[in-house]
Amino acid sequence: MSTTLRTESPRNRRSAARSVDADQLNRRADGTRRPWYSSVIARVVMVVLSVIFLLPLYWMVISSLKSDEELAKFPPTFIPQSWQFGNFVDAVSAMPFLQFFMNSAIITVSVVIFSVISNFVVAYGFACLKWPGRDLVFYLVIATLFLPFPVTLIPMFDMWARLGLVNTMFPLIIPAMFGSAFYVFLLRQFLLQIPRDMLDAARIDGAREWTILWRLVFPTAKPALTTVAIFAAVASWNDFMGPLIYLQDESVQTLSIGLQSFRSVHAQDVSFNQLMAASFLVILPLLILFFVFQRHFIRGITIGGFK
Amino acid sequence: MTATGVKARVPVGDAPPEAADGTAEGPPPERGRRRLSRTDRRDLALGLKYISPWIVGILVFVVYPVGYSIYLSFTRYSGMGAPTWVGLGNYVTAFADPLVAKSTGNTLFYAMIAVPLGLVVALVLALAMNQNVREVAWYRTIFYAPSLIPAFAMSFIFIVFLNPQFGVFNQVLNIFGDGANVNLLGDPTGVKIAIIMMAQLGAGNAALIFLAGLRNVPKTVYEAARVDGAGPMRQFRSITLPLLSPVLLFNLITGVSGALQVFTEAYIVTNGTGDPDAGALFYMMYLYKNAFGFAELGYASALAVLLFLVGLALALLIFWCSRRFVNYDVEAS
Repeated sequence: MSTTLRTESPRNRRSAARSVDADQLNRRADGTRRPWYSSVIARVVMVVLSVIFLLPLYWMVISSLKSDEELAKFPPTFIPQSWQFGNFVDAVSAMPFLQFFMNSAIITVSVVIFSVISNFVVAYGFACLKWPGRDLVFYLVIATLFLPFPVTLIPMFDMWARLGLVNTMFPLIIPAMFGSAFYVFLLRQFLLQIPRDMLDAARIDGAREWTILWRLVFPTAKPALTTVAIFAAVASWNDFMGPLIYLQDESVQTLSIGLQSFRSVHAQDVSFNQLMAASFLVILPLLILFFVFQRHFIRGITIGGFK
Repeated sequence: MTATGVKARVPVGDAPPEAADGTAEGPPPERGRRRLSRTDRRDLALGLKYISPWIVGILVFVVYPVGYSIYLSFTRYSGMGAPTWVGLGNYVTAFADPLVAKSTGNTLFYAMIAVPLGLVVALVLALAMNQNVREVAWYRTIFYAPSLIPAFAMSFIFIVFLNPQFGVFNQVLNIFGDGANVNLLGDPTGVKIAIIMMAQLGAGNAALIFLAGLRNVPKTVYEAARVDGAGPMRQFRSITLPLLSPVLLFNLITGVSGALQVFTEAYIVTNGTGDPDAGALFYMMYLYKNAFGFAELGYASALAVLLFLVGLALALLIFWCSRRFVNYDVEAS
């Protein structure tokens, strides 16, 4: 009796442990078992979706590597027959690519820096300070989120024109210094999660708000600030209408408007594989940025949360 | 009206110790000023100091331009010299302008398909991004990646995709038989459908907002439902959707507002013309043409004011309808 008990129990424990290992992914957070097919179906759906969502990017890359003849071939090839890396060189030299790139970089970097600072300070005012009427004013911020903005387009153009700043980068950079409803909302939701006690303790110790803002809250808010930085970077780097209206000289144009106007003006000089190569170079910095900060980015937007 | 809708949507008292204070201090400053104590006034000054960038921003970039736009809409103005007052002339012209009717129709066509479709796609992506599988970080990155592709590049890709001679689209159609040389971009309805398809690839942003909402749904609610024998579909319909409704409302309103302003893709795909047959001439494109092509800034302002009013009316209408459907009861945490 005793021997059988002794031999049986360890084996049971071992096999139980093994099955937990194997099963872990098939269990929900609460430990109940999913039906075996649910993860298979979910995975198939996700792989199909992934293929659809990767297709444009994939097509851009392979088109940029095809020769002119191959690009015009039917049926289209899914893998380039000969890899024309020269397209990238041609694309960069066929248009003032570096000029466009520098202009885009200057605008985007300025916009990101100003957006992060201005929205952080404003969100701090709404989340970490207590003052009469604060929540009412915050509803105003939210309300502007839903205003259709084209209505401001013409007066803004008129204003910048009168200031003589059309064909400079200022109309695209300066608005970032004054916060924007969406980013303020996002940051405020995140900042509200910071324990009040921590701030109050610092205040009792005699720390000034400005010090608390930068020394205490800023490091804590990094995931949310990363999110704002990425959103602002993508929006600014990819902005089309702003540059279309304000940047008419080639010397100040950004990549988005530069590539488009180059396509419409020099249609015969530039082929689509070169445009694809140039477009890929445009996206590359964003892709790298996103891959590096992906975890912070998702965390920043999901933790603060929309409620 | 907006304020009440928003008030219900965003629980401002997220921080427990401040919830009571925040609402107690609710009365507008004009009425409350006399009752403000010295510390209150000091707090107010400090708070206003911190939000001052936003105050300046809203005055210079919202209040002033909206007001000036309304004024310009009653004038004829080319950008040079002074505007001449024409009263309601621009509005009378707009209502009789066949291209206003055409572009409004195009925009409504786009909105009626792209907005609901966009919500479904974004929700599906969010559910996929929320799966409990090892490689979920990859899916998140992949689903979001097209949102990083600028509209002009996406348009270039679609021009190649849909090319009647060598595009992939035609190859796919050929599998089903007769599809030889369909030129979607050469057809007034086809070009709109192409732009709608293109927009779906950018659903990543709305999906992230859905994802944030999904992660706020307490796990215990699902457990309780499962114990009661609710299957996945039932759980989705009775738990996920109602608890997601505030986020859905947000995405719906931003989606409608974005659809009314659809511009860049159409501008690039059609090279700024809106052709074939004005099929891709959306409202914003016509507005842009009037303002920056024909230098009719007064007329374009009238169009902008009309768009503004329609957008505002739709937002309020959605808020008003949403009171029946949007659920704020369960404090997700």
